[in-house]
Order: sequence, then C-alpha cells, then structure tokens
Amino acid sequence: MRTFIIRRFIFLIMAILAATLIVFALSRLQGDPRNVMLNVGYVSPEQWEAWGEEFHLDKPLIVQYFIWVGKGFFQGDFGESLKTGKPVFDMVKGFAPASLQLGFAATLFVLFTGIPIGMLAAVKRGTFIDAIGRTFAVFGQALPPFWLGIMLILVFSVNLDWLPSGTRGHDASGFFEKLQYYIMPAVTLGWLASAGLMRLVRSSMLDVLDSEYIKLARAKGVGNSGVIWRHAFRNALIPPLTFSALILVGFIGGTVVTETVFAWPGLGQMTYTAILNNDFPLMTGAVLVFTVVYVFAVFLIDILYAVIDPRIRYT
Amino acid sequence: MTLSELEKATQESTLTRWMYVLRRWPLIPFFILGVLVLCAVFSPLIAPYEPEKDQLRAVLAMPFWSEPCEEGQISNKFQPCNTNGIGLGKDERVYHFVLGADQLGRDLLSRIIYGARLSLSLAAVAIIIGTVFGTTVGLVAGYYGGIIDEVIMRVVDVFNAIPYLLLAIALVFVLGQSFAVVAFVLALGAWAGIARLVRGQTLQVRHFDYIALARVAGASTPRIMVKHLLPAVGNTVIVATTLQVGSTILSESILSFLGAGVPPPTPSWGADISNGREYLGSAWWVAFFPGMAIFLTVLSFNFVGDWLRDRWDPRLRQI
Repeated sequence: MRTFIIRRFIFLIMAILAATLIVFALSRLQGDPRNVMLNVGYVSPEQWEAWGEEFHLDKPLIVQYFIWVGKGFFQGDFGESLKTGKPVFDMVKGFAPASLQLGFAATLFVLFTGIPIGMLAAVKRGTFIDAIGRTFAVFGQALPPFWLGIMLILVFSVNLDWLPSGTRGHDASGFFEKLQYYIMPAVTLGWLASAGLMRLVRSSMLDVLDSEYIKLARAKGVGNSGVIWRHAFRNALIPPLTFSALILVGFIGGTVVTETVFAWPGLGQMTYTAILNNDFPLMTGAVLVFTVVYVFAVFLIDILYAVIDPRIRYT
Repeated sequence: MTLSELEKATQESTLTRWMYVLRRWPLIPFFILGVLVLCAVFSPLIAPYEPEKDQLRAVLAMPFWSEPCEEGQISNKFQPCNTNGIGLGKDERVYHFVLGADQLGRDLLSRIIYGARLSLSLAAVAIIIGTVFGTTVGLVAGYYGGIIDEVIMRVVDVFNAIPYLLLAIALVFVLGQSFAVVAFVLALGAWAGIARLVRGQTLQVRHFDYIALARVAGASTPRIMVKHLLPAVGNTVIVATTLQVGSTILSESILSFLGAGVPPPTPSWGADISNGREYLGSAWWVAFFPGMAIFLTVLSFNFVGDWLRDRWDPRLRQI
C-alpha cells in the first residue's frame, strides 16, 4: 500500500512538471511575450530592454522556465494578467468559486440521474424503462454540449420563460430564485458525464446481479429489494467510482463551453477570454491550476479505490 | 385449432421482423452516414446554393413550412418571414431556402451540406493521424514492455492529465487557424486512448506461441509487429477508431463554436450554431439545424461503433 501511494505520488509530481513544461512551451511558441505588450504604441529600445530585464526575458529559455516555475510554486506568483494588470493568482482565486459551485451543481445532477437511472435500467433490463434509460445515455453522449445549452435556453427561457437564460444571478434573492440559475448550466455540463455513469452503473449492476452470491441470496429467500440494495448496489458501485475522475476531466473541458453559453463568471470563461486576448500569463496560470486540480483528484481517487476494494493490485 | 390458424399465430408480423433486423443491423445510422458521406463528397452538386453567397433580402428567412412573407415584406432580423417562392432583388430571382437562411441570408441547407464536408474531412484526417500514431506507440509499448512500456505509458498518462480542450484552443490560436492545425490538434486528442487500448491487447497477444515461433523462425521485430501483432489487434483498433470518430466530431464542433476552428466564411456546423445563438429570440432555426446535423452524425457513429464492438470485440463491451 505504501509503495503504491509513493509511486502514485511520484507520478503526480511528474505529471505536474510535464504540464508546466508544456504550458511554458505554449507561452513561448507565440514568440517574445514582449510583442503582446506592444499595443501601447511606440516603445523605445531602452524600454524594451527594461522589460526584458524585468520579466527575465534576457536569460536563456531554460533559466526562464525555472524562474517561472520557482516563483509560481513557491511564492504563488504567476505574474500579472496583461489585460487587467491584476496578479494571476488573485484572478484565479476570484473566478474559482463560481466554477466550483457550477461543478458542484453538475455533480449533484450526475449522481442523482446517473446512478438511479443505471440501477433501474439494470433491474428492469429489456423493458421500456431500460429503453428510456439507454436513450438518456445515448443522447448524452451525442449531444454537442454547447448546442444542448442553447436549445435549453431556446425552450425554457425564450419560449416558456421558466428559467433565466444565463449569469449566476447575483441580484437574485432567496435560495429558490438563485437555484433557477443553476438548473440549465448544471444539466448542460452534467449530461455527458451522467450518460457515462449511467452506462457504467447499468453494466456493473448487470454483472453483479448475475453473480453467484446474488443467486445464493435469492435462494436463501432474501426479498427483491434486499438483494438489490443490501447485496448488489454496494458492489456495483465500485467500478463507477474510478469513473469519477473522468467526470472531472469532462467538467474541466465542459466548463469552458458551459460558462461561455450561459455567461457564467467562472474559471472556464476567464481562461477562454485570456486565450482570446493573448493574455499568456493568465492563460498559463489557469491551465496549470486546472491540471494540478485534476492530477490531485486522480491521485486521491486512486488511493480511495485501493482502500475500498482490496482486490486491486497495488502496482 | 387448424394448422393454418396455428401458422398464423406463430407468424411474426412484418413490424416485428423489421424491428429484429433493425436491432441486429444499425441500418438507420448506416443510412444517415451514407447520406452524410454523399453530401460531403458531392456537396457542390447536392447543395442548392453556394454556401458563402449572401442574399441580404432574405436575412434569417424562415424554413419552408412557415407562413410566407406578406406582399412587399422583406425578411429581416426583427421580423423574419418565409421568402420561399418570392422573387428577390432586381432580377426577381426566386430562392427556396428549405431550412431557412442565416443572418446574412445564406442558405442553411447548403451550409449544412458543405459543413459535412469540413467536419468529415477534418475528422478523417485527424483520426487517421491519431490511429496510425496511437497504434504504433501502443504496439511498441506492448511488445517491448519493461522500461520502454513504462516511459510511453507515463507519457500517455501525463497527456491525459492536461485538460485537452484548453490545450486545443490555445494550440489553435498559437499555431494559427487553418485546416492542418485543427486536424493536428484533433489528432492530438485521439491518439492516447487508442495507444492505451492497443498496448493492452498487445500485452496479451505477445505471449502467444505463434509470436515466439515467428521470432525463432528469424522474423525481424518490425516484421513481427506488422505481420503478426497488427492483425491480432486489428479489430480493437477499428472498433476504438470508430468509437473515437464521434467524439472527434464533437471536439471539432466545440472548437469552431468557440471560434478556434477553421476560420470563416468556411461553412462549419459549430460556427453556424455560434452565429445562430445571437438570433435565438427571433430565428431559432439558424442554431437548431446545424446542431441537429452534429447530433445525428455523432449519434450514428456511436451506434455503428457500439455495433462493431459487440460483433468484433465483445471483451470491451462493459463500458
């Protein structure tokens, strides 16, 4: 177990280092970052050199990389946004809560649709309910998320006028008023993940229901609900657990799209705007934050998985 | 009960028999994909109008089933109407916008037909590059094992750890928006999954006797890989590739929706939806139909992929 954790931890460090390398390379592929700042008009050669010294651009690339990584990880200093002039770290901190709330809402949607629908589809295999469940999954995996969001707006905001079409609802009062703003973004962000979870729960549940110990339980005279909840449900949830890492990946890409469609003031939209504006310090900082969050989550899930199911090999 | 009655009772109805056929063969997805490929290959012949030609008197013209424009009315963004069959412009030329027109009066149907060309060709190039690279990497990792395998698989892991969509958008903007760049970026999203699958299969196959015998017979490593390992993992590769096409098309549409695809005015489904978003209140069809095209395409590829997997590679069936 300990070697397992240590190995995973080493991989975590490696992954983060590799990500910094890629992100740094991206920021330099564009050429000299000073060019981006040239939009102020005439710049004297002295000013140019002074910038070079200030941002360490006069040093070799590899030195620049280590300065960037060192400052970033040990001082939390990823430079300043070229557009707003605010420190990248503060901006990420400012935009993170909105994304986390959206992610939380979407996770709730995924859990409360994916698991029950998957279970029902497995228990009622081959029936009409199973067909509906599978349609739900098939749609989720083929609907372009941005189009889904736009169509939800078309139906529920433009035509029915039931739900607000976007933003986080800062001026909304009361819990239920605010909740309305979360419904469509959460569905847009969550449906794909929910579809994946549903398929996984369904197949895993089918496997378990087919196993010897379920047959024994039935032979023993355990009632149907007892078999499903006490014996099958808990064992069937082990494979979907690893899937939670994939949910997170989907969310990280999905936030960019969802937040753009619903004008949601979160990290995804911030990163997207940063890319559009050539705001490289902000972009690199944000991509790095996403990567670190993801790698840490995978690390935790790997360990959790090993703890829950002792049958997996610690290699 | 007479014999004929018995026969009648046991005979399946035509509908049941068709349902059976449809369940066994994905005929509808195949049909949709066939139409799409035809549209992509022969788009200049099939499309009724040029996709980039605007017709400013038919801005946001409505689809064919809606009420036609009143006498002397011009379709505009405040009051769209159905201009089908009405002479437009000085020469009174009559247009038929079957699915309506977009904000510049461009025929949506033609744009969707040309959009199929872009989406399918991008996906094809990306998938071919991704599959060739992913399969090679997977074969090498699986066959050699040991440190080479470890290094390659860690690279794949690291690659999976970076949020793909953000990387893709950034890469497109840094390298410049063009067909080649977008195809390359899409290929980048496709290879890792294929490499992992092929490696897993190769690990199983390489211990079989016939591989050892081939080595004893003096076959070189490249020959063993191409002649003996590749056919053994071929089904996996084809199944994984088909399943990957859908998500590649989705990624492409997301990129063009965010403005990081092949630049306008090239007709692209994702970019058209992005345009239509502005006119949701007055002209829903501009955003609706291109999205429907993406949805049906991805759905069909996923169905065919699932079907192939069930037939050729039942081991992968679980997920």
